[in-house]
Amino acid sequence: MSSQATEIKHDAAPLQKPAFQQRYAFICLAVALLTVPVWLPLLGGYTDLASRVLIFALAAMGLNLLLGFTGGLSFGHAAYFGLGAYGTGLMLANYTHSTLLAVAVGTMIGGLAATLLGPIAVRRRGIYFSMITIAIGQMFYFIAVRWNSFTGGEDGLTGFSRQPIHMPGFTISLHTTSFYYLVLVCFAVGSWILWTILNSPLGHVFVAIRENQKRLTFLGIRVDVYIAVSFAISGFVVALAGSLDALLDNFTSPDNLKYTLSGNLLIICVLGGMRNFWGPLVGAFIFVLVQDYISSITQNWMTVIGLVFVLSVIFFPLGAMGFFRRRSRS
Amino acid sequence: MSVVFRADNIHTYYGKSHILHGVSMEVREGELVALLGRNGAGKTTTMRSIMGLTPAREGSITIFGQNTTKWAPYRIAQSGVGYVPEGRKIFGHLTVHENLLVPPVTKGRWQIDTVYKLFPRLDERRTSKGGKLSGGEQEMLSIARALLLNPKFLILDEPSQGLAPVIVQEVMRTIGKMKEEGIAVLLVEQNVFLALQLADRAYVLSDGEVVFDGTARELDSDRERMETLAGISHA
Repeated sequence: MSSQATEIKHDAAPLQKPAFQQRYAFICLAVALLTVPVWLPLLGGYTDLASRVLIFALAAMGLNLLLGFTGGLSFGHAAYFGLGAYGTGLMLANYTHSTLLAVAVGTMIGGLAATLLGPIAVRRRGIYFSMITIAIGQMFYFIAVRWNSFTGGEDGLTGFSRQPIHMPGFTISLHTTSFYYLVLVCFAVGSWILWTILNSPLGHVFVAIRENQKRLTFLGIRVDVYIAVSFAISGFVVALAGSLDALLDNFTSPDNLKYTLSGNLLIICVLGGMRNFWGPLVGAFIFVLVQDYISSITQNWMTVIGLVFVLSVIFFPLGAMGFFRRRSRS
Repeated sequence: MSVVFRADNIHTYYGKSHILHGVSMEVREGELVALLGRNGAGKTTTMRSIMGLTPAREGSITIFGQNTTKWAPYRIAQSGVGYVPEGRKIFGHLTVHENLLVPPVTKGRWQIDTVYKLFPRLDERRTSKGGKLSGGEQEMLSIARALLLNPKFLILDEPSQGLAPVIVQEVMRTIGKMKEEGIAVLLVEQNVFLALQLADRAYVLSDGEVVFDGTARELDSDRERMETLAGISHA
């Protein structure tokens, strides 16, 4: 018995250190994100770039709830991103001057679509699940391309711009810097929701599904219902990101509904580390920066991203965060 | 004593291969029944048919008076059947406590704190990842998780497999306790002597058929018969 007791102590000791490190890292991250408009221009960046990083990070973190924590490989999450973007854009162009209402409606449209369509995809598992998600995603792409009069077709949707937010007593202009903070608030709320879910019994069920679905059925749990719930939640978060993306450029196009965007979101998750909560943020940082820098040199920036992706999968199969984790442990 | 579980002449197939050839058995309230047989005799297939993973093609399975032959596994579990699969099968990336939070909350005697009282080891290792537990601890966690469903019928598939003898004794004591609590238990074991010490009755399977059906004592006292039936050498 005594040897077992020492074993426990041995286990408990190193636990404290990562907890401390995690808190420390979290504070650094928060400070860095809050002061972006101050330091980014000094490094030659521009604030919209940071907004884009956060938007893609939010989308990838939403997708990662399904991919990394529930084990469902969706190739069609661009659909919910694009629906969020089109929903917000169409609201601002045609129906309202309230940016927040437009974001709320866009998020609801994308999220509800995921809620309704998820149950179709979860009827199958593995590669069949992925194929159904692509098919559903492409459906929205073709609708956006063909329905010229409403969506602007292949040219994309223009004719809207983000409007100042009027609060009682003050107005937020939503210029570049204040828009960044709106994105940051959405990112913080989105990641807080995801974090809370993952640390609840619901989140434990998601991880258990990823590990072994059959074991859960013995506990009286309907696995397909829970995957659909994960699908829906991730759809809402991705739709919120999409709706912010429409506001970032005051423009959206069918590309935001296409499977290539779904693929990019997956690449972001894998680059950063899909078993890690903050992995997609790191992935989005790498992806958006490489895209921004390389695309100013050559049009074929996807080639470089592809190369980075292949190398990272070969040398850092757990993604950037997985790599740092392992180094800090050893 | 009312019947908790009854299999009536079930035939189960994997694709075209016919595995169970008309197996019939029953477990009554408060009983501990051992299901024995050598490797490949059809023990695991019988479990799978009970749990709805490989439904019987002919015959019927009745649990708590309902015909569950074609039910989905989750529904059978929800009706009050606890299943502790072979090889533990806990969730390795979740901590002990998180593993216990996965099953849906059910009313009854078994809640997370009562389960911790039954297995103080698990309480001590609450924050350890499931994958870091010893085999015995994993077995306890697997049993604990099944108990949280407050089952009235518990199926254990090879609980002693791969465990040190001291731990096996502890696990067996726990299984005895389940019986005292009034839970009907179906115990599938390779370790025949151990199973017969605990069991009230026993079934022996061979080539997908029941070749013995009687009290555990009857089988235990007839070593020769036990050897021919279950193919166990007890050296």
